[in-house]
Amino acid sequence: MTLAKRVIPCLDVAGGRVVKGVNFKDLVDAGDPVELAKKYGAEGADELTFLDISASVEERATTLEIVRKTAEQVFIPLTVGGGIRSAENVNELLRAGADKVSINTAALARPQLINEISDRFGNQVLVLSVDARRADTKSGFEVTTHGGRESAGVDALAWIEEGISRGVGEILLNSMDADGTKAGFDLEMLRRVRDICSVPVIASGGAGRTSDFTEAVAAGADAVLAASVFHFGEIKISQVKKELAKAGFPIRP
Amino acid sequence: MIAIFDYGSGNLRSAQRAFELAHSQVVVTSDPKICSEADGLVVPGVGAFAACMDQLISVGGREIIAQRVAKERPIFGICVGAQVLFETSSEKKKSLGLGVLPGSVELIAAPLLPHMGWNNISAESGSKLFEGVENELFYFVHSYAAKNKVPGAINTTCEYGEEFIAAVEMDNVVATQFHPEKSGDAGAKLISNWVKSL
Repeated sequence: MTLAKRVIPCLDVAGGRVVKGVNFKDLVDAGDPVELAKKYGAEGADELTFLDISASVEERATTLEIVRKTAEQVFIPLTVGGGIRSAENVNELLRAGADKVSINTAALARPQLINEISDRFGNQVLVLSVDARRADTKSGFEVTTHGGRESAGVDALAWIEEGISRGVGEILLNSMDADGTKAGFDLEMLRRVRDICSVPVIASGGAGRTSDFTEAVAAGADAVLAASVFHFGEIKISQVKKELAKAGFPIRP
Repeated sequence: MIAIFDYGSGNLRSAQRAFELAHSQVVVTSDPKICSEADGLVVPGVGAFAACMDQLISVGGREIIAQRVAKERPIFGICVGAQVLFETSSEKKKSLGLGVLPGSVELIAAPLLPHMGWNNISAESGSKLFEGVENELFYFVHSYAAKNKVPGAINTTCEYGEEFIAAVEMDNVVATQFHPEKSGDAGAKLISNWVKSL
Protein backbone atom coordinates (compact mmCIF):
# COMPACT_ATOMS: atom_id res chain seq x y z
CA MET A 1 0.00 0.00 0.00
CA THR A 2 1.54 3.26 -1.10
CA LEU A 3 0.48 6.82 -1.60
CA ALA A 4 -0.32 7.39 -5.28
CA LYS A 5 1.56 9.95 -7.35
CA ARG A 6 -0.92 12.65 -8.34
CA VAL A 7 -1.63 14.03 -11.81
CA ILE A 8 -3.05 17.54 -11.65
CA PRO A 9 -4.42 19.60 -14.53
CA CYS A 10 -4.04 23.34 -13.94
CA LEU A 11 -6.62 25.73 -15.27
CA ASP A 12 -5.39 29.29 -15.68
CA VAL A 13 -8.53 31.38 -15.36
CA ALA A 14 -9.07 34.98 -16.51
CA GLY A 15 -12.37 36.73 -17.03
CA GLY A 16 -14.27 33.55 -16.19
CA ARG A 17 -12.55 31.51 -18.95
CA VAL A 18 -9.62 29.11 -19.03
CA VAL A 19 -6.68 30.64 -20.89
CA LYS A 20 -3.20 29.49 -21.81
CA GLY A 21 -0.13 31.17 -23.25
CA VAL A 22 3.63 30.68 -23.42
CA ASN A 23 5.39 32.21 -20.40
CA PHE A 24 2.11 33.87 -19.42
CA LYS A 25 1.98 35.81 -22.74
CA ASP A 26 -0.21 35.51 -25.88
CA LEU A 27 -3.17 34.04 -24.03
CA VAL A 28 -5.50 31.73 -25.96
CA ASP A 29 -9.02 30.78 -24.86
CA ALA A 30 -9.06 27.13 -23.74
CA GLY A 31 -12.67 26.76 -22.57
CA ASP A 32 -15.18 26.98 -19.73
CA PRO A 33 -13.56 26.20 -16.36
CA VAL A 34 -16.45 24.23 -14.87
CA GLU A 35 -16.88 22.10 -18.00
CA LEU A 36 -13.13 21.45 -18.19
CA ALA A 37 -13.04 20.58 -14.49
CA LYS A 38 -15.83 18.03 -14.99
CA LYS A 39 -14.08 16.55 -18.00
CA TYR A 40 -10.82 16.17 -16.07
CA GLY A 41 -12.62 14.70 -13.08
CA ALA A 42 -14.15 12.07 -15.36
CA GLU A 43 -10.77 11.38 -16.99
CA GLY A 44 -9.15 10.55 -13.66
CA ALA A 45 -7.47 13.77 -12.53
CA ASP A 46 -6.37 13.33 -8.90
CA GLU A 47 -6.83 17.02 -8.05
CA LEU A 48 -7.61 20.24 -9.87
CA THR A 49 -5.88 23.58 -9.65
CA PHE A 50 -7.43 26.90 -10.63
CA LEU A 51 -5.09 29.82 -11.00
CA ASP A 52 -6.83 33.18 -11.28
CA ILE A 53 -4.20 34.93 -13.39
CA SER A 54 -6.10 38.19 -13.66
CA ALA A 55 -6.71 38.28 -9.91
CA SER A 56 -8.14 41.76 -9.99
CA VAL A 57 -10.52 42.83 -7.28
CA GLU A 58 -13.52 42.89 -9.64
CA GLU A 59 -12.82 39.36 -10.83
CA ARG A 60 -12.70 37.82 -7.35
CA ALA A 61 -16.46 37.39 -7.40
CA THR A 62 -16.23 35.58 -10.76
CA THR A 63 -13.59 33.24 -9.37
CA LEU A 64 -15.64 32.46 -6.26
CA GLU A 65 -18.59 31.61 -8.48
CA ILE A 66 -16.47 29.27 -10.62
CA VAL A 67 -15.14 27.59 -7.46
CA ARG A 68 -18.70 27.18 -6.14
CA LYS A 69 -19.98 25.62 -9.35
CA THR A 70 -16.98 23.33 -9.66
CA ALA A 71 -17.13 22.10 -6.06
CA GLU A 72 -20.78 21.22 -6.58
CA GLN A 73 -20.05 19.02 -9.56
CA VAL A 74 -16.56 17.59 -9.19
CA PHE A 75 -15.74 15.43 -6.17
CA ILE A 76 -11.96 15.63 -6.12
CA PRO A 77 -9.78 18.17 -4.29
CA LEU A 78 -9.62 21.68 -5.66
CA THR A 79 -6.76 24.15 -5.14
CA VAL A 80 -7.26 27.81 -5.95
CA GLY A 81 -4.55 30.43 -6.35
CA GLY A 82 -4.16 33.99 -7.56
CA GLY A 83 -4.62 37.28 -5.77
CA ILE A 84 -4.84 35.89 -2.22
CA ARG A 85 -3.70 38.62 0.15
CA SER A 86 -5.27 37.78 3.49
CA ALA A 87 -6.57 34.96 5.67
CA GLU A 88 -10.03 36.34 4.97
CA ASN A 89 -9.53 35.76 1.20
CA VAL A 90 -8.67 32.16 2.11
CA ASN A 91 -11.78 31.82 4.23
CA GLU A 92 -13.96 32.98 1.31
CA LEU A 93 -12.40 30.46 -1.04
CA LEU A 94 -12.66 27.58 1.43
CA ARG A 95 -16.29 28.38 2.12
CA ALA A 96 -16.96 28.55 -1.63
CA GLY A 97 -15.65 25.00 -1.95
CA ALA A 98 -11.87 25.14 -2.35
CA ASP A 99 -9.88 22.56 -0.38
CA LYS A 100 -6.51 24.25 -0.66
CA VAL A 101 -5.20 27.65 -1.68
CA SER A 102 -1.89 28.57 -3.25
CA ILE A 103 -0.11 31.81 -2.50
CA ASN A 104 2.82 33.41 -4.23
CA THR A 105 3.36 37.18 -4.63
CA ALA A 106 1.59 38.23 -1.44
CA ALA A 107 3.72 35.83 0.62
CA LEU A 108 6.90 37.26 -0.87
CA ALA A 109 5.73 40.77 -0.03
CA ARG A 110 4.72 39.77 3.49
CA PRO A 111 5.95 36.31 4.62
CA GLN A 112 3.94 36.57 7.87
CA LEU A 113 0.84 35.91 5.72
CA ILE A 114 1.92 32.25 5.61
CA ASN A 115 1.79 32.02 9.42
CA GLU A 116 -1.56 33.78 9.53
CA ILE A 117 -3.20 31.37 7.08
CA SER A 118 -1.55 28.27 8.48
CA ASP A 119 -2.37 29.12 12.10
CA ARG A 120 -6.03 29.64 11.25
CA PHE A 121 -6.71 26.84 8.76
CA GLY A 122 -3.83 24.38 9.20
CA ASN A 123 -0.83 23.82 6.94
CA GLN A 124 -2.69 21.25 4.84
CA VAL A 125 -4.70 24.00 3.11
CA LEU A 126 -1.68 26.04 2.10
CA VAL A 127 0.40 25.56 -1.04
CA LEU A 128 3.38 27.83 -1.63
CA SER A 129 3.64 28.49 -5.35
CA VAL A 130 7.23 29.25 -6.30
CA ASP A 131 8.02 30.59 -9.79
CA ALA A 132 11.73 29.84 -9.97
CA ARG A 133 14.45 30.18 -12.59
CA ARG A 134 18.17 29.61 -12.86
CA ALA A 135 20.20 32.55 -11.60
CA ASP A 136 23.42 33.54 -9.93
CA THR A 137 22.23 33.03 -6.36
CA LYS A 138 23.46 30.78 -3.54
CA SER A 139 21.48 27.74 -4.70
CA GLY A 140 21.63 28.64 -8.39
CA PHE A 141 17.87 29.29 -8.47
CA GLU A 142 15.95 32.45 -7.71
CA VAL A 143 12.32 33.35 -7.20
CA THR A 144 10.61 35.48 -9.84
CA THR A 145 7.44 37.57 -9.83
CA HIS A 146 5.10 38.90 -12.50
CA GLY A 147 4.95 35.61 -14.37
CA GLY A 148 8.71 35.20 -14.48
CA ARG A 149 9.46 38.65 -15.81
CA GLU A 150 11.06 40.08 -12.68
CA SER A 151 13.44 38.82 -10.04
CA ALA A 152 12.11 38.80 -6.50
CA GLY A 153 15.68 39.08 -5.23
CA VAL A 154 15.27 35.91 -3.17
CA ASP A 155 17.05 32.56 -3.39
CA ALA A 156 14.51 29.87 -4.34
CA LEU A 157 15.69 27.13 -1.99
CA ALA A 158 16.05 29.51 0.94
CA TRP A 159 12.53 30.78 0.29
CA ILE A 160 11.10 27.27 0.21
CA GLU A 161 12.76 26.46 3.54
CA GLU A 162 11.38 29.63 5.05
CA GLY A 163 7.91 28.87 3.70
CA ILE A 164 7.92 25.41 5.27
CA SER A 165 9.11 26.74 8.62
CA ARG A 166 6.34 29.35 8.53
CA GLY A 167 3.72 26.70 7.82
CA VAL A 168 3.08 25.81 4.18
CA GLY A 169 1.95 22.23 3.63
CA GLU A 170 3.00 21.77 0.03
CA ILE A 171 5.27 23.34 -2.61
CA LEU A 172 4.16 24.04 -6.17
CA LEU A 173 7.48 24.36 -7.97
CA ASN A 174 7.07 26.09 -11.31
CA SER A 175 10.11 26.39 -13.55
CA MET A 176 9.90 29.71 -15.36
CA ASP A 177 12.71 28.63 -17.67
CA ALA A 178 10.76 25.57 -18.77
CA ASP A 179 7.19 26.94 -18.59
CA GLY A 180 5.44 26.74 -21.93
CA THR A 181 8.49 25.28 -23.73
CA LYS A 182 7.26 21.65 -23.68
CA ALA A 183 10.92 20.64 -23.30
CA GLY A 184 10.39 18.77 -20.01
CA PHE A 185 10.43 19.70 -16.33
CA ASP A 186 13.57 21.18 -14.79
CA LEU A 187 14.72 17.94 -13.17
CA GLU A 188 17.82 19.33 -11.54
CA MET A 189 15.81 22.01 -9.76
CA LEU A 190 13.27 19.39 -8.73
CA ARG A 191 15.95 17.14 -7.20
CA ARG A 192 17.49 20.05 -5.32
CA VAL A 193 14.13 21.09 -3.89
CA ARG A 194 13.17 17.50 -3.02
CA ASP A 195 16.39 17.16 -1.01
CA ILE A 196 15.54 20.04 1.33
CA CYS A 197 11.77 19.67 1.42
CA SER A 198 9.79 17.92 4.19
CA VAL A 199 6.40 18.53 2.54
CA PRO A 200 5.01 17.24 -0.78
CA VAL A 201 6.31 18.85 -3.99
CA ILE A 202 4.26 19.41 -7.14
CA ALA A 203 6.35 19.77 -10.30
CA SER A 204 5.12 22.29 -12.85
CA GLY A 205 6.35 23.90 -16.04
CA GLY A 206 7.64 22.33 -19.20
CA ALA A 207 5.58 19.18 -19.74
CA GLY A 208 5.50 18.27 -23.43
CA ARG A 209 5.63 14.49 -23.63
CA THR A 210 4.16 11.70 -21.52
CA SER A 211 7.65 10.61 -20.48
CA ASP A 212 8.34 14.08 -19.01
CA PHE A 213 5.89 13.35 -16.18
CA THR A 214 7.52 10.03 -15.35
CA GLU A 215 10.94 11.69 -15.26
CA ALA A 216 9.65 14.35 -12.88
CA VAL A 217 8.28 11.71 -10.51
CA ALA A 218 11.55 9.77 -10.74
CA ALA A 219 13.33 13.02 -9.78
CA GLY A 220 11.22 13.19 -6.62
CA ALA A 221 7.95 14.93 -7.48
CA ASP A 222 4.97 13.77 -5.40
CA ALA A 223 2.61 15.22 -7.98
CA VAL A 224 2.88 16.56 -11.52
CA LEU A 225 0.94 19.51 -12.86
CA ALA A 226 0.38 20.74 -16.41
CA ALA A 227 -2.00 22.97 -18.29
CA SER A 228 -1.82 23.33 -22.07
CA VAL A 229 -0.88 19.76 -22.99
CA PHE A 230 -4.06 18.64 -21.26
CA HIS A 231 -6.31 21.48 -22.46
CA PHE A 232 -5.41 21.08 -26.10
CA GLY A 233 -5.73 17.30 -25.93
CA GLU A 234 -2.08 16.61 -26.73
CA ILE A 235 -1.71 14.32 -23.74
CA LYS A 236 -4.44 12.51 -21.82
CA ILE A 237 -4.32 12.14 -18.05
CA SER A 238 -4.85 8.40 -18.50
CA GLN A 239 -1.72 8.21 -20.71
CA VAL A 240 0.36 9.90 -18.01
CA LYS A 241 -0.92 7.47 -15.40
CA LYS A 242 -0.36 4.46 -17.61
CA GLU A 243 3.23 5.50 -18.19
CA LEU A 244 3.77 6.14 -14.47
CA ALA A 245 2.37 2.71 -13.63
CA LYS A 246 4.59 1.10 -16.27
CA ALA A 247 7.60 2.75 -14.63
CA GLY A 248 6.55 1.18 -11.31
CA PHE A 249 5.06 4.22 -9.58
CA PRO A 250 1.82 3.90 -7.60
CA ILE A 251 -1.14 5.66 -9.21
CA ARG A 252 -4.89 5.82 -8.74
CA PRO A 253 -6.22 3.79 -11.69
CA MET B 1 -32.92 13.94 6.87
CA ILE B 2 -29.13 14.24 7.03
CA ALA B 3 -27.66 17.21 8.87
CA ILE B 4 -24.15 18.44 8.12
CA PHE B 5 -22.94 20.10 11.29
CA ASP B 6 -21.92 23.68 10.47
CA TYR B 7 -19.79 24.79 13.38
CA GLY B 8 -17.54 27.05 11.32
CA SER B 9 -15.08 24.51 10.05
CA GLY B 10 -14.05 24.63 6.41
CA ASN B 11 -15.55 23.51 3.16
CA LEU B 12 -19.09 22.23 3.69
CA ARG B 13 -20.42 22.75 0.19
CA SER B 14 -18.68 19.71 -1.26
CA ALA B 15 -19.85 17.57 1.65
CA GLN B 16 -23.41 18.78 1.20
CA ARG B 17 -23.41 18.01 -2.53
CA ALA B 18 -21.75 14.63 -2.06
CA PHE B 19 -24.36 13.53 0.49
CA GLU B 20 -27.15 14.95 -1.69
CA LEU B 21 -26.19 12.47 -4.39
CA ALA B 22 -27.20 9.70 -1.97
CA HIS B 23 -30.06 11.34 -0.05
CA SER B 24 -32.81 13.73 -1.07
CA GLN B 25 -32.77 15.81 2.10
CA VAL B 26 -29.47 17.24 3.31
CA VAL B 27 -29.14 20.40 5.35
CA VAL B 28 -26.09 22.33 6.50
CA THR B 29 -26.92 23.67 9.94
CA SER B 30 -25.84 24.32 13.50
CA ASP B 31 -29.41 24.23 14.81
CA PRO B 32 -29.23 21.97 17.91
CA LYS B 33 -32.71 20.50 17.41
CA ILE B 34 -32.08 19.54 13.77
CA CYS B 35 -28.59 18.22 14.57
CA SER B 36 -29.97 16.15 17.44
CA GLU B 37 -32.90 14.67 15.59
CA ALA B 38 -31.66 14.18 12.02
CA ASP B 39 -31.50 10.56 10.81
CA GLY B 40 -27.78 11.04 10.32
CA LEU B 41 -25.36 13.72 11.54
CA VAL B 42 -22.20 14.43 9.56
CA VAL B 43 -19.39 16.03 11.57
CA PRO B 44 -16.88 17.58 9.17
CA GLY B 45 -13.64 19.22 10.28
CA VAL B 46 -10.63 20.97 8.81
CA GLY B 47 -7.62 22.54 10.47
CA ALA B 48 -6.22 22.11 13.94
CA PHE B 49 -7.78 19.67 16.43
CA ALA B 50 -8.02 22.10 19.36
CA ALA B 51 -9.54 24.87 17.23
CA CYS B 52 -12.15 22.45 15.88
CA MET B 53 -13.00 21.26 19.40
CA ASP B 54 -13.40 24.84 20.61
CA GLN B 55 -15.71 25.71 17.73
CA LEU B 56 -17.69 22.51 18.17
CA ILE B 57 -18.16 23.11 21.88
CA SER B 58 -19.18 26.74 21.31
CA VAL B 59 -22.27 25.63 19.36
CA GLY B 60 -23.23 22.87 21.80
CA GLY B 61 -21.63 20.09 19.79
CA ARG B 62 -20.49 18.10 22.82
CA GLU B 63 -24.05 17.71 24.13
CA ILE B 64 -25.57 17.10 20.70
CA ILE B 65 -23.10 14.32 19.93
CA ALA B 66 -23.34 12.76 23.41
CA GLN B 67 -27.12 12.66 23.13
CA ARG B 68 -27.01 11.10 19.70
CA VAL B 69 -24.64 8.41 20.94
CA ALA B 70 -26.93 7.70 23.92
CA LYS B 71 -29.98 7.47 21.66
CA GLU B 72 -28.11 5.33 19.11
CA ARG B 73 -28.53 7.85 16.34
CA PRO B 74 -25.98 7.63 13.52
CA ILE B 75 -22.96 9.95 13.37
CA PHE B 76 -20.39 10.21 10.58
CA GLY B 77 -17.16 12.07 11.43
CA ILE B 78 -14.83 13.14 8.63
CA CYS B 79 -11.11 13.99 8.94
CA VAL B 80 -10.69 16.27 12.00
CA GLY B 81 -14.43 15.65 12.55
CA ALA B 82 -13.43 11.99 12.97
CA GLN B 83 -10.44 12.80 15.18
CA VAL B 84 -12.48 14.81 17.68
CA LEU B 85 -14.55 11.69 18.41
CA PHE B 86 -11.48 10.14 20.07
CA GLU B 87 -10.34 10.84 23.64
CA THR B 88 -7.29 13.02 23.09
CA SER B 89 -4.98 14.53 20.49
CA SER B 90 -1.32 15.43 20.82
CA GLU B 91 -1.50 18.07 18.06
CA LYS B 92 0.40 21.18 19.28
CA LYS B 93 -0.47 20.54 22.93
CA LYS B 94 -2.42 17.66 24.43
CA SER B 95 -6.13 18.37 23.90
CA LEU B 96 -9.23 16.55 24.97
CA GLY B 97 -11.64 15.18 22.39
CA LEU B 98 -15.22 14.01 22.83
CA GLY B 99 -14.26 10.51 23.92
CA VAL B 100 -16.93 8.76 21.88
CA LEU B 101 -14.20 6.42 20.60
CA PRO B 102 -11.33 5.18 22.78
CA GLY B 103 -7.78 6.17 21.90
CA SER B 104 -5.63 9.13 21.02
CA VAL B 105 -4.74 10.99 17.85
CA GLU B 106 -0.99 11.23 17.27
CA LEU B 107 1.50 12.51 14.70
CA ILE B 108 2.12 9.97 11.93
CA ALA B 109 5.71 8.74 11.76
CA ALA B 110 6.45 9.44 8.09
CA PRO B 111 9.28 11.37 6.43
CA LEU B 112 6.94 13.54 4.39
CA LEU B 113 3.92 15.25 5.96
CA PRO B 114 1.10 16.08 5.48
CA HIS B 115 -0.01 12.67 4.18
CA MET B 116 -1.60 14.19 1.12
CA GLY B 117 -3.27 12.35 -1.72
CA TRP B 118 -4.90 9.07 -2.69
CA ASN B 119 -4.03 5.95 -0.76
CA ASN B 120 -5.50 2.50 -0.54
CA ILE B 121 -6.95 1.04 2.59
CA SER B 122 -7.30 -2.36 4.16
CA ALA B 123 -10.93 -2.85 5.12
CA GLU B 124 -11.71 -5.32 7.90
CA SER B 125 -14.03 -8.06 6.74
CA GLY B 126 -17.63 -7.41 7.63
CA SER B 127 -17.39 -3.71 6.90
CA LYS B 128 -20.65 -2.34 5.58
CA LEU B 129 -19.13 1.06 4.88
CA PHE B 130 -16.57 -0.29 2.42
CA GLU B 131 -18.87 -2.79 0.69
CA GLY B 132 -17.94 -2.69 -2.99
CA VAL B 133 -15.05 -0.24 -2.49
CA GLU B 134 -12.66 -2.43 -0.51
CA ASN B 135 -9.99 -2.10 -3.18
CA GLU B 136 -10.38 1.58 -4.04
CA LEU B 137 -8.19 4.54 -3.12
CA PHE B 138 -9.43 7.42 -0.96
CA TYR B 139 -8.25 11.01 -0.56
CA PHE B 140 -6.32 11.82 2.61
CA VAL B 141 -4.91 15.13 3.82
CA HIS B 142 -3.65 15.10 7.42
CA SER B 143 -0.58 14.73 9.60
CA TYR B 144 -2.22 13.20 12.68
CA ALA B 145 -4.27 10.02 13.07
CA ALA B 146 -5.50 7.47 15.59
CA LYS B 147 -3.20 4.49 15.55
CA ASN B 148 -4.74 1.90 17.85
CA LYS B 149 -7.63 -0.21 16.68
CA VAL B 150 -10.88 0.41 18.50
CA PRO B 151 -11.80 -2.79 20.38
CA GLY B 152 -15.10 -4.31 19.31
CA ALA B 153 -15.35 -2.08 16.24
CA ILE B 154 -14.65 -2.67 12.56
CA ASN B 155 -11.29 -1.04 11.93
CA THR B 156 -10.03 -0.14 8.48
CA THR B 157 -6.37 0.77 8.25
CA CYS B 158 -4.07 2.69 5.93
CA GLU B 159 -0.32 2.68 5.74
CA TYR B 160 1.87 5.75 5.31
CA GLY B 161 5.14 5.53 7.17
CA GLU B 162 3.25 3.38 9.66
CA GLU B 163 -0.16 1.82 10.00
CA PHE B 164 -2.98 4.05 11.24
CA ILE B 165 -6.76 3.99 11.45
CA ALA B 166 -8.40 5.08 8.17
CA ALA B 167 -11.95 4.33 9.32
CA VAL B 168 -13.87 3.00 12.29
CA GLU B 169 -17.39 1.58 12.38
CA MET B 170 -18.65 1.17 15.92
CA ASP B 171 -22.36 0.73 16.59
CA ASN B 172 -23.91 3.91 15.20
CA VAL B 173 -20.68 5.85 14.94
CA VAL B 174 -18.70 5.94 11.72
CA ALA B 175 -15.48 7.90 11.32
CA THR B 176 -13.15 8.28 8.35
CA GLN B 177 -9.75 9.95 8.42
CA PHE B 178 -9.97 10.45 4.64
CA HIS B 179 -12.43 12.69 2.82
CA PRO B 180 -15.16 10.58 1.18
CA GLU B 181 -16.69 13.74 -0.29
CA LYS B 182 -13.42 14.33 -2.15
CA SER B 183 -12.78 10.71 -3.11
CA GLY B 184 -14.58 10.64 -6.46
CA ASP B 185 -16.75 7.64 -7.29
CA ALA B 186 -15.32 5.49 -4.49
CA GLY B 187 -16.24 8.15 -1.95
CA ALA B 188 -19.73 8.49 -3.41
CA LYS B 189 -20.27 4.74 -3.07
CA LEU B 190 -19.06 4.78 0.55
CA ILE B 191 -21.40 7.66 1.38
CA SER B 192 -24.27 5.82 -0.27
CA ASN B 193 -23.44 2.71 1.82
CA TRP B 194 -23.74 4.80 4.98
CA VAL B 195 -26.95 6.50 3.85
CA LYS B 196 -28.51 3.09 3.13
CA SER B 197 -27.69 1.97 6.67
CA LEU B 198 -29.65 4.83 8.27
